[in-house]
Amino acid sequence: MSNFRFVIGRFLGAIPTLLILICLAFLLVKSAPGGPFDFERSLPEEVEANLRAAYNLDDPVYLQLFKYIGDLMQGDFGPSFQYRDYTVTELISTGFPVSLRLGVAAILLALIFGSLIGSIAALNQNSKLDYGVMFFGMIGISIPNFVMAPLLVLFFSIGLRALPAGGYNGGDFYHMILPVVSLALPQMAYIARLTRGSMIEVLSSNFVRTAKAQGLPVRTILLAHVLKPAFLPVVSYLGPATAAIITGSVVVEQIFGLPGLGRYFVQGALNRDYTLVMGVVVFYGCLIILFNLIVDTLYGFIDPKIKQNR
Amino acid sequence: MKKTNSLLNDAWTALSKNKAALISATTMAMMVLMVLVGPAFSPYTIDETDWYKIAAAPSFFDGHIFGTDDLGRDLFVRTMYGGRISLMVGLVATLVSVTIGVTYGAVAGFMGGRIDALMMRFVDVLYAMPFLFFVILLMVFFGRSIFLIFVAIGAVNWLDIARIVRGQTLNIKGKEFVDAARTGGVSTIKIIMKHVVPNLLGVVVVYVALTVPQVILVESFLSFLGLGVQEPMTSWGALVNQGARQMESSPWMLLFPAVFLATTLFCFNFIGDGLRDALDPKDRTRGND
Amino acid sequence: MLGLILFGCGSGTDNKNATKEALIIGGLSGNELAEKQVFTKNNGSDPGTLDPHRAEGVPASNVLRDLYEGLVSEAANGDYIPGVAESWNISQDGKTYRFTIREGAVWSNGDKVVAEDFVFSLRRSVDPKTLSNYSSMLYPIKNARDVVLGKAPTDRLGVSAEGEKTLIIELEEPTPYFISLLTHSTTYPVHPPTVKEHGPLFTRPENMVSNGAFTLKDWRIQDYILLSRNERYWDDTNTTLSEVYYYPLDNPDASLRRYRANELDFTDTTPSEQLPWIKKNLKEELKITPYFGSYYYGFNNSKPPFKNNPELRIALSLAVNRTIITDIVLGAGQIPAFTFVPPVKEYQGTQPEWAKLTQEEREDLAEELYAQAGFDKNNPLSIEIIYNTSENHKRVALAVASMWKKVLGVETKLRNQEWKVFLETRRLQEETEIFRGGWIGDYDDPYTFSELLHSENEMNHSGYASAEYDALLKSASLKPAGKDRTGDLLQAEQIMLNDMPVIPLYFYVSQHLIKPWVVGLEGNVMDHHYSKYVKILKTETLTSE
Repeated sequence: MSNFRFVIGRFLGAIPTLLILICLAFLLVKSAPGGPFDFERSLPEEVEANLRAAYNLDDPVYLQLFKYIGDLMQGDFGPSFQYRDYTVTELISTGFPVSLRLGVAAILLALIFGSLIGSIAALNQNSKLDYGVMFFGMIGISIPNFVMAPLLVLFFSIGLRALPAGGYNGGDFYHMILPVVSLALPQMAYIARLTRGSMIEVLSSNFVRTAKAQGLPVRTILLAHVLKPAFLPVVSYLGPATAAIITGSVVVEQIFGLPGLGRYFVQGALNRDYTLVMGVVVFYGCLIILFNLIVDTLYGFIDPKIKQNR
Repeated sequence: MKKTNSLLNDAWTALSKNKAALISATTMAMMVLMVLVGPAFSPYTIDETDWYKIAAAPSFFDGHIFGTDDLGRDLFVRTMYGGRISLMVGLVATLVSVTIGVTYGAVAGFMGGRIDALMMRFVDVLYAMPFLFFVILLMVFFGRSIFLIFVAIGAVNWLDIARIVRGQTLNIKGKEFVDAARTGGVSTIKIIMKHVVPNLLGVVVVYVALTVPQVILVESFLSFLGLGVQEPMTSWGALVNQGARQMESSPWMLLFPAVFLATTLFCFNFIGDGLRDALDPKDRTRGND
Repeated sequence: MLGLILFGCGSGTDNKNATKEALIIGGLSGNELAEKQVFTKNNGSDPGTLDPHRAEGVPASNVLRDLYEGLVSEAANGDYIPGVAESWNISQDGKTYRFTIREGAVWSNGDKVVAEDFVFSLRRSVDPKTLSNYSSMLYPIKNARDVVLGKAPTDRLGVSAEGEKTLIIELEEPTPYFISLLTHSTTYPVHPPTVKEHGPLFTRPENMVSNGAFTLKDWRIQDYILLSRNERYWDDTNTTLSEVYYYPLDNPDASLRRYRANELDFTDTTPSEQLPWIKKNLKEELKITPYFGSYYYGFNNSKPPFKNNPELRIALSLAVNRTIITDIVLGAGQIPAFTFVPPVKEYQGTQPEWAKLTQEEREDLAEELYAQAGFDKNNPLSIEIIYNTSENHKRVALAVASMWKKVLGVETKLRNQEWKVFLETRRLQEETEIFRGGWIGDYDDPYTFSELLHSENEMNHSGYASAEYDALLKSASLKPAGKDRTGDLLQAEQIMLNDMPVIPLYFYVSQHLIKPWVVGLEGNVMDHHYSKYVKILKTETLTSE
């Protein structure tokens, strides 16, 4: 019950967060120099005036903001400036599944392999295996996406002709392999390091030593005392990892030509597609809020002491 | 006071036994020296173009020991200058974010209750701003300057540190020695300073070690989007990005900056590990029991 | 240099090459067609809309050219040929055009294309309610300007139908390039019942009715646009392709990689720093053609140091070694420019005196003028170049700055701005000192360039204002095509070059990579390519796509 109340409370608490986010983003977007109707070929003033009127750009900013929030509450993100025959709602609903598929696959890959590799390294601390694993982990961290992705394409697509060099193709398995791997690698390496670090710390802590001294079997110690606290930083890192995946997806989507939200966002920002940019920001904002909520709840489960403090 | 000193001494003793960390620290020191004085030994400047040596392979005869880039500029000099920018961005931005983040996270975690909720709500608000959006707009507003990159990266990165530190603080706060201190009537600030912050050192140091390279990478991400430092200035990220585009035809354009970049990231990670082992919080915990 | 360069196997020697290559790759006789007639193109970015009247930019035009057909169409080499109009005649004064609509021209739903459709469409195109970006293109039509500006109702537009088959268009002035405007999407017909029924949603694949060689099958935003053959098209017997994919890849490196992985048959451009590699490894597939565009640096003529300072402006222009920019910095065969208007048809431009000097002589002259303007190496000029973020613009800016530094000792700062900010900065003319400019002609007539420097033109960002220049342009616009008109335009350019309000740098080329199995495309100065001319040859590698 207390869990339920906690979740509800956080949900309600998210509303002011969202409002602040919307206002902040709205003002930032509106104060950006250059407008949606600046083209290489300048528009005749009258035509531009008509366009501005059609998009309600002549109202004072606060009125535009109220209207925007009003529309938003009815689930209407407004018409896109760049894609003139589409609404932002339509655009987000086509772009999001792509980013979601890419992001979830990358996070899962990073989490599973990252924590696995990290644990193996920690359990064999200072062995050759440990060094080897951590060395590769560091390579993973130190090669940026935009170097890794073309390298993978050159090798697997152009060299071996084994995998597609880009395109979404409805998100089929083969088309997703290279994007997901290039997106997941740095995070995988990162999680491996985190897991290794915290696991070593826990392994050498007093209670594990005590448990060992009492002659408990290793497996029991691991399952009962080590795993939970060792994964605490990893769970904590899930938020930043998601942010990093969102950021990374911008690069990966561009290199592989995937029609995801990251690409929409950059295009929207560059084209001053006010509504699209706002839409993506608000949408991602909601998502991140939701995600933080999940992480906090998980945290509470892993370490009940924290929950009591709320 | 005494305790802090002995902590540092212990740490130094432990660190000096860690080979990887020592080698890394030495390498980093040499690297810093190199990017500072290196350009003075080259006959070329950062923006000098040689139209007849476009993307020329490395050669000792003409002094282009790292070769030239696609505009015939000396890659050695550019790599050195790029290093200055990248290291500076990494260190300054990290310092900014760590200072804000540790203070903020420790206070929030320790205070708990409504204050914690409020402070973390503020972090949530900032978190809910997609980072990229924030940076792109900033870059658009003020053109691009190194200062802005510091601010943009620093201002965003402290969120991560604040959250992790808060999590760890909550963890530490639950431990007996803190409870004991509180029952003993020690003031809040004192408890934070004496018990919480030192116990966070391990986590923070590991995080710093990971953040410097991360910030350097973020800068390179900005370069990929065309939002990096203004030409003819450059950074390792910008050079690697340029090199990656021509990795087949002029591999040296990728290789040299990438080696410097990767070595730096490696070194920071090893140093971080070394410090972490040296400052292992478990000893402190015992000392306070 | 300006001759026609053929793409694929149009005719002549290239034909033999392609045949030979097909033989080698496929082991089949040369012109055997592949079973799968699918053409995949990179289009550079997504169109904002596929409504021909509201569309903006090259990517949209590329797709619309396949979907719709205007009164006039183009051959593969860019020659104007009859489109929906099978013929037309022009009145003596050059102001009235009578078009005869082709028998057999139908919409993709089977409806006949009638003259009234064009009346509806042209009125829609200039209607201020349509919110068209390009309605000003139609100003040559009688009363169009008043309609666009909301001063007259749409039915005042000088367009009328006589029965089903005859369309009459009246013009304000004899406009020699009017026929070429009729290949632009603002003049394409739209299907009136569909537009009335669906409003702005008529551009959706499920609704769109078009009259070109292809119909819209699918549009996945940021993914691809898929066209399929329109079997009702009047010239369908000569169409070979069954499907065309347009990909919106804006990253030229990614585009190149996908081309090499055989996922693209055609790239919109090539990354210039990769050109040496491409020339070495994909020489046969790289197709470079002069393109009707001019790249220049503009001065802010309304502020010091450039205001009333032609010596300084000319000195900076002379100090730029254009051959290095075209041959080394860009290297795709761009043409060094000493005039602003690229050569087109009978207009070949007049080279200024200094164009005939060697670069060394130009540099000496530059130093002299620089000194006259009151600067020298100890007291150097300090200026800023503003350009929009792009690899090529950066390279050119760096090169120019380095030349100015070497020759004159000028201290140049570079500032790149993101595109929309750049457009605003350039338009406001507040902070600009020197700015990058580039212009691609909207139609193949010198006037599309000349008018850019008219003092009242919105796109005259240099603030150049010469009464003489404006008068000559006015005089030219009243004349029909011919020597007189060309003479006016030539003289105007001469006056402009003496003032040097802008530094012409080079004329564009279009750069495409085209797979050897793609035939039927030809290079042309407007870089217009119609998929209906394309055939895919049978090769082994094709099946791996």
